[in-house]
Amino acid sequence: MSTPAIKIEGLTKDYAVGFWRKKMRRSLDHLDLEVNEGEAFGFLGPNGAGKTTTLKLLMGLIFPTSGSAQVRGRSIADVSMHREIGYMPEQPYFYDYLTARELLDYFARFFKFNAAERQERIAKFLGRVGLTESADVQLRKFSKGMLQRVGIAQAILHDPQVIFLDEPMSGLDPVGRREVRDIILELKKQGRTVFFSTHILSDAEMLCDRVAVLVGGKLLGVGAPKEIVSMEIHGMEILFEARPGSALPDKLTEQATHTGDRFRIEVPEAEVYSALDELKSSQARILSVTPLRPSLEDYFLKLVGQQKNTASASGVVPIEMSR
Amino acid sequence: MSASNSPRMVRYALLTIPVLFVLIIVLQGRIDASTAPLQQEKQELLIRSGPTLKKMSLGYDSLLADIYWTRAVQYYGSRVGRTGGKFELLAPLLDITTTLDPKLMIAYRFGTIFLSEPGSAGAGRADLAVDLVKKGIAANPDDWRLYQDLGFLYSIRLKDYPKAAEAYLEGSRNPRAQLFMKVLAAKVAQKGNDLETSKLIWDELYNTAQDPIVRQRALEHLQTVQAQLDLERLNESSEEYARKFGRYPTTVEEMRVAGLVGGKLQDPAGHPYVMGENGVPQLDPNSPIVLDPDQKAPLQ
Amino acid sequence: MSAIPGIVAVNTFREAVRDRVLYNLIFFALMMMAAAVLVGGVSIGIERDVMVNLGLTAISLFGIVMAIFIGVGLVYKEIEKRTLYSVLAKPIQRWQFLVGKFVGLLLTLVVNTVLMAIGLSAALFYVTRKFERGDGTIVIAIYFILLELALITALALFFSCFSSPILSTLYTLGIYVAGMFSPDIRDIGMVTSSPVVKAVAKVIYYVLPNFHNFNTIAAAAHSETIPLALIWQNTAYAGLYVVVILIAASAMFSGRDLK
Repeated sequence: MSTPAIKIEGLTKDYAVGFWRKKMRRSLDHLDLEVNEGEAFGFLGPNGAGKTTTLKLLMGLIFPTSGSAQVRGRSIADVSMHREIGYMPEQPYFYDYLTARELLDYFARFFKFNAAERQERIAKFLGRVGLTESADVQLRKFSKGMLQRVGIAQAILHDPQVIFLDEPMSGLDPVGRREVRDIILELKKQGRTVFFSTHILSDAEMLCDRVAVLVGGKLLGVGAPKEIVSMEIHGMEILFEARPGSALPDKLTEQATHTGDRFRIEVPEAEVYSALDELKSSQARILSVTPLRPSLEDYFLKLVGQQKNTASASGVVPIEMSR
Repeated sequence: MSASNSPRMVRYALLTIPVLFVLIIVLQGRIDASTAPLQQEKQELLIRSGPTLKKMSLGYDSLLADIYWTRAVQYYGSRVGRTGGKFELLAPLLDITTTLDPKLMIAYRFGTIFLSEPGSAGAGRADLAVDLVKKGIAANPDDWRLYQDLGFLYSIRLKDYPKAAEAYLEGSRNPRAQLFMKVLAAKVAQKGNDLETSKLIWDELYNTAQDPIVRQRALEHLQTVQAQLDLERLNESSEEYARKFGRYPTTVEEMRVAGLVGGKLQDPAGHPYVMGENGVPQLDPNSPIVLDPDQKAPLQ
Repeated sequence: MSAIPGIVAVNTFREAVRDRVLYNLIFFALMMMAAAVLVGGVSIGIERDVMVNLGLTAISLFGIVMAIFIGVGLVYKEIEKRTLYSVLAKPIQRWQFLVGKFVGLLLTLVVNTVLMAIGLSAALFYVTRKFERGDGTIVIAIYFILLELALITALALFFSCFSSPILSTLYTLGIYVAGMFSPDIRDIGMVTSSPVVKAVAKVIYYVLPNFHNFNTIAAAAHSETIPLALIWQNTAYAGLYVVVILIAASAMFSGRDLK
């Protein structure tokens, strides 16, 4: 059995809180996790669940109260391990007096590339994240989405084997998110391990081989997305638009919400085809058809409810499936 | 990794820092040696005005006064005994000190003695000392000891006996003043600079001084005066001896054998008195006591 | 491996250079020197001594202000703004980061001081029309100012690791002022008779960074010769003390949780 890409054992983090720092708050409780090489692994959980804490622990930004972790067989205490990993923090901030190119150049210098190789990589990865035009603009002028892209670029420009991304999709428009998804898929195709945290279920579903669910600092389950998340589809959401010169079916438009010319309607699953037929005959332009499922928050609330009800001593809902 | 803090770095620090500090301390000693000549040759007071400093000190005057007092003492201590030491900055330093803290009494006493002290042990400026003490009296009219200082300056240093008597008298009017103030007022008015009076003045200064350096100086002066008194009495005995035996004694022992003198025939520093030519008693050449040439000396 | 602090240093230097506040400070300093020249031109028989005194004091003061102003934010800003996260995720040890920050700021200060010194020399030459032998002391005085700045930078960096800029400024300034009065602290031990006070004064004297060692502005103004031994002694003193402070800072910073 080969070394797992990431191996976390009993990782725990307590914080002293309160004015006198006497009380302890446990933000991560004995996390045990293994991620295999080449996996795209989703780390799911509501805000405050401990996802960012876990990532910060793995990066050596904070130190565990107890427990240990290894990346590719090397302890997280070993800073030279950072040569093989990439990290993108949540809401990344960078030196705003540098340009994108200068920032990547700065970071690239920490690795053993010669000047030519460095320039090559910078150009290549700026292109990958779509920032070639803004390469020489100071970062203080970047939008959040652009900063996010710089964040990804700096995380992967040294071709790391394991990449850690903290909420990579947050703050991006749908196009940006598509691009990030593509990058993750590409990394996966290259055989790299991608470990990313998110609270957007559909992203996890689409990308991940496996996901882990973290609530209140505790791991509630690990497994393939399908197994974790129920497939309760509430209905279907249809986005459509009127073609100029044609009218839309009244019944549908009455029920719909719209912004400008774009309409959004929810229909029960059974009625989706008839609705589509109506739209087709009125020659409306179909923009998207998406299944509606409970939000991750709903799902988590359900899990937390289950957790409270279960008689299990450890409080872990046994939904872990075999790998 | 179980430890939350990086113990390796901390251990490394705990080991290396003390070692480095030892080196630093050694270096500091070397630096002090290197800079000492720099400081002594050209000490400079960038700001000489007491009132200006007082304003600049932002309310921390008494702390600054202590610092300047320390500097004054250090200044004096590093220069005393070196030939050519001039003590030019002593008066300004003490002036600043007393402007910052007019109630720093030791400063006045120190200035009294060492600003006026002639020779290589002081600045030889009794006038500046008088200014200092008068400044002190203006700020502390209730302190009789300052009058003692003033009386000392006028009598011993400036030989202005009427003013000296006046000072002692003024001070003696203070109900807290010690008796010797009245005594000295009378004596100085009457006898001026005679040895007994001088002895009393130095004696009282020695008794009332708190600063160890001042006490030491007073003691030395006391010894000088005592030696002078002893020599005077020896001289009288020598004359008597001559009347009895038709010649001056050649040693002090001869006078003792003849029953004319008794007791310890040593100067206050422990050296025996010797007989010089023509029956003039003198100090042992090895004695550290130096006679004051200004004292009324009947031995001519 | 040893080049890594250099990478951080260059970046720190670049940040300082692009910080507009710095230019205001330098501009102000140069203005002051121009004013000194003007004033000197007005009064007859301006003494070179006074000009050297004023000029060196200005250089020293501005250097200290800069060192503290930038120094107290060196690490604090990176923690607050979270720019530190992506840096520490690279193969860099925390102590390398600190050393790099220190060197970067020191480099900035050296460049600024040298520029101002050139300005002073130009002003001097303009006024006196020749170079004197005593000018050598000025160079030494400036070198000592740089040593002083290195110490202050290290102190500011140390406090920057764990306290806010305002507090760090207070602490650093406090230590600097106390260090300037170092010999007075030692002398207090001499005039007192209490052995406890004597001992405490001595300990404080040796532990506190003795900034008075570097104070040769007066000597330079009087064109005195400074013993050569003092040059290597002060260099060694500053060097050792800086190392002590950086080690202490590294030890503290290495185990610290970042927010």
